[in-house]
Amino acid sequence: MDILSYTAVGLAAAIKEGKTTAVEAMQAVLQKIEETEKTINAYVTIDKEAALQKAAEVQKRIEAGELTGPLAGVPVAIKDNMCTEGVLTTCSSKILENFIPTFSAEAVLNLEKAGAVMIGKTNMDEFAMGSTTETSAFGVTRNPWNTEHVPGGSSGGSAAAVAASECFFALGSDTGGSIRQPASFCGVVGLKPTYGTVSRYGLIAYGSSLDQIGPLTKDVTDCATVMEIIASHDKKDSTSVERKDTDFTSALVEDVKGMKIGIPRDYFGEGLDTEVKEAVLAAARALEEKGAIVEEFDLSLVEYAIPTYYTIAAAEASSNLERFDGIKYGYRTPEYEGLHNMYKKTRSEGFGAEVKRRIMLGSFVLSSGYYDAYYLKALRVKAMIRKAFDEAFAKYDIILGPVAPTTAPKLGESLSDPLKMYLGDIYTISVNLAGLPGISVPCGKDSKGLPIGLQMIADSFEEKKLIRAAYTFERGRA
Amino acid sequence: MAKQYETVIGLEVHVELATKTKIFCGCSTAFGGAPNTHTCPVCTGMPGSLPVLNKQVVEYAVAVGLATNCDITQYCKFDRKNYFYPDNPQNYQISQLYLPICRNGHVDIETENGSKSVGIHEIHMEEDAGKLIHDDWEDCSLVDYNRSGVPLIEIVSEPDMRSAEEVIAYLEKLRMIVQYLGASDCKLNEGSMRADVNLSVREVGAKEFGTRTEMKNLNSFRSITRAIEGERERQIDLLESGKQVIQETRRWDDAKESSYAMRSKEDAQDYRYFPDPDLVPVYISDEWIEDIRNNQPEFREAKMARYKEEFDIPEYDIGIITDSKHMADIFEETTAICKQPKKVSNWLMGETLRLLKEKSMDPEDIVFSPENLAKLIALVDSKAINTNVAKEVFEVMFEKDVDPEAYVEEKGLKTVNDEGALRKTIEEVIAANPQSVEDYRNGKDKAIGFLVGQTMKAMKGKADPGMVNQILKELL
Repeated sequence: MDILSYTAVGLAAAIKEGKTTAVEAMQAVLQKIEETEKTINAYVTIDKEAALQKAAEVQKRIEAGELTGPLAGVPVAIKDNMCTEGVLTTCSSKILENFIPTFSAEAVLNLEKAGAVMIGKTNMDEFAMGSTTETSAFGVTRNPWNTEHVPGGSSGGSAAAVAASECFFALGSDTGGSIRQPASFCGVVGLKPTYGTVSRYGLIAYGSSLDQIGPLTKDVTDCATVMEIIASHDKKDSTSVERKDTDFTSALVEDVKGMKIGIPRDYFGEGLDTEVKEAVLAAARALEEKGAIVEEFDLSLVEYAIPTYYTIAAAEASSNLERFDGIKYGYRTPEYEGLHNMYKKTRSEGFGAEVKRRIMLGSFVLSSGYYDAYYLKALRVKAMIRKAFDEAFAKYDIILGPVAPTTAPKLGESLSDPLKMYLGDIYTISVNLAGLPGISVPCGKDSKGLPIGLQMIADSFEEKKLIRAAYTFERGRA
Repeated sequence: MAKQYETVIGLEVHVELATKTKIFCGCSTAFGGAPNTHTCPVCTGMPGSLPVLNKQVVEYAVAVGLATNCDITQYCKFDRKNYFYPDNPQNYQISQLYLPICRNGHVDIETENGSKSVGIHEIHMEEDAGKLIHDDWEDCSLVDYNRSGVPLIEIVSEPDMRSAEEVIAYLEKLRMIVQYLGASDCKLNEGSMRADVNLSVREVGAKEFGTRTEMKNLNSFRSITRAIEGERERQIDLLESGKQVIQETRRWDDAKESSYAMRSKEDAQDYRYFPDPDLVPVYISDEWIEDIRNNQPEFREAKMARYKEEFDIPEYDIGIITDSKHMADIFEETTAICKQPKKVSNWLMGETLRLLKEKSMDPEDIVFSPENLAKLIALVDSKAINTNVAKEVFEVMFEKDVDPEAYVEEKGLKTVNDEGALRKTIEEVIAANPQSVEDYRNGKDKAIGFLVGQTMKAMKGKADPGMVNQILKELL
């Protein structure tokens, strides 16, 4: 069997059984990267030697019986907004082009402890701001299914790397759909956990109250397995939640009998591509055939999600990104006169257009005289959206709908019209505003051969319901 | 007739809290230390780092709030104050704007004009910034983040004060409360207590406030007094000459004893405050508040009243001793050991105050322990050493808290009680000073003092003066 066709869990089992080794797996991945990376450009940084050396160390520990977990020896790709000690971490921005962190993100440490081996850091929209991975300062990432198309974003590099077998699984981060949407566009599984489930320590913040790290994987089993390892209560993150129910793999059960699935009519209106709509509704029917109870309902407030999100995320981002000033680390403009000029030139040269747009938007909504009208109002709408979900979850176990209105657009189509790009987040964004878990599972392809994703959303801390439904759906398609 | 003006003053007082670790990370708050050694990713604003609140900061803030009669905000939050400056590593300061931890308090002050209540608008918690050091030689600026993240509370008064005297009384009162709580050492010169003065003037009887200015960089009570007087005059001069006071921030120059404008209201920054999403709201339960209330120390007024009851020492001494919590602690602990409040008080009021003044130190800096002071008193009581030797030993104790018993032993300072040896020395002194002997015999009583002195000198101070006197009189 070709090593690259293993899932992450499958590979770890094969290594444990001695059918292959962590080093062979890493070599295979690096070979694949060698072949495809020129076109795909999924990575910002790859350190082959370090990866191979680490793989060899892990292999020894597996043989010594020290590492027995379900991901031991598996090569992983990490989105470039998670700090990795001693390894360049850029957020795909010029302003961090030379930034090497002194510590690793908690989620990355959890993977390391489990014996997963980092291949490198994946490309993304600059500071996770974008839906196509085109705002990266280090070139666009291309969709492995059709390289004329974008992989989605902002975790486009991670999704493309999984889809192109340039890794066995990857970590992404999701602030408004940045895991689920590229997963959908690249035909892989992506999960955004309940806010607080995975530590944000070491994740370079975009919208702190919305950001969550999550897995991008080849299948639902890998997804549940990775979740089980990266979820942890971290005292270094005040928003981290102590959960006792993180045995996510226990939900890998092919059974949705009696599960109540709600389909929000609001998610199937104007702007939704017909092929996407058909594929998603077919997926709902497939679950219904397996015994789920499927109903349509009105979620309400959907149209307010985008303005609310862009107000809150931009406000937080405008403050979070203030630390990038050329003083302590990262890029500093070569010539300047005085402090103010240094700040101005460094930030003007260091940030790309989309980041600047959101910093300006965020600074505006927080400025005195506008705070109440925009920021506070957005917080109130956020609370109302959460309430609408609470009402829905009183009736349904799961809400089912599309991940994005279309399949992956062509390169260059989105950035010319940012407002249209923002509208593409309509189905994913409210999940972040409400702090809920959401999963994207492949549910078919359109006539151009591009993958379509099915999104399922559950109440806070109900990832297991998502995993069970996604697993059942996946098995039904196999 | 010249117009009569009234000065209206409100204070913003920053107090550095005496926690062992910083407000949002585990780094040490110790003063000094090589630059950037008390730092970590959190207090240097590294990407990906996150703040975690130090609970002790909340406890101190609540304790100060309770002692200043504030309402405690049981659901309070931290906000980000956004501004760019290199000493501020995140380019935002984590502070409190919308829901500060304490509100609506007051303290009572005493001045020559009687007592008065000064309102406290709010107390909020925040983090301190780092320090910029300009290197003239290299012509560059360096940043030291050791102080970055040191916890502060800012105590904002109502504009209730009308004179420098009231301001000083208010500051003394705050200092006393905070020191008694052990929440800070409150040293103005080291910056652990900093006061910004908001001042305006208006005609006596006017109902509206005048335009105010804010004065910064006041490092002593003296400069506060000077700055208030100077600013009052400056504003009155402006008004008298038909000009207007501009709302601005001014910086006090202690050397020049004058202030200059730093920035006017027009260049006031928009700090774009918003709740910090990295921190969860702080919920302060009734039980927590009660716990803190029950652990409040005995404050100065109560202590003074109790001293008056318990100890037979002058009221003046009580005032001085209780002026510093540390001094009062030393007094109580020493008295508990030796049961001689009067003698303890004498050591504190005499030698201790003298040495503090001589070395320009605060009572908070006293290092000698109550155990050692008690031992010293016992050494004098048992006549093992005389008072002069005791003072000498005390100076050493004051420097480095030595054990007086061991020190006296080691240096051979014990009084010589061997009468034969003493008698021999005195005989020699008498023989060597015939003039004084004669003077004494002629009725000049003072001459004996000289002879005692000569004897003590010959004995290297290690004689009991009473005994010397007695033997001298006998021999003469």
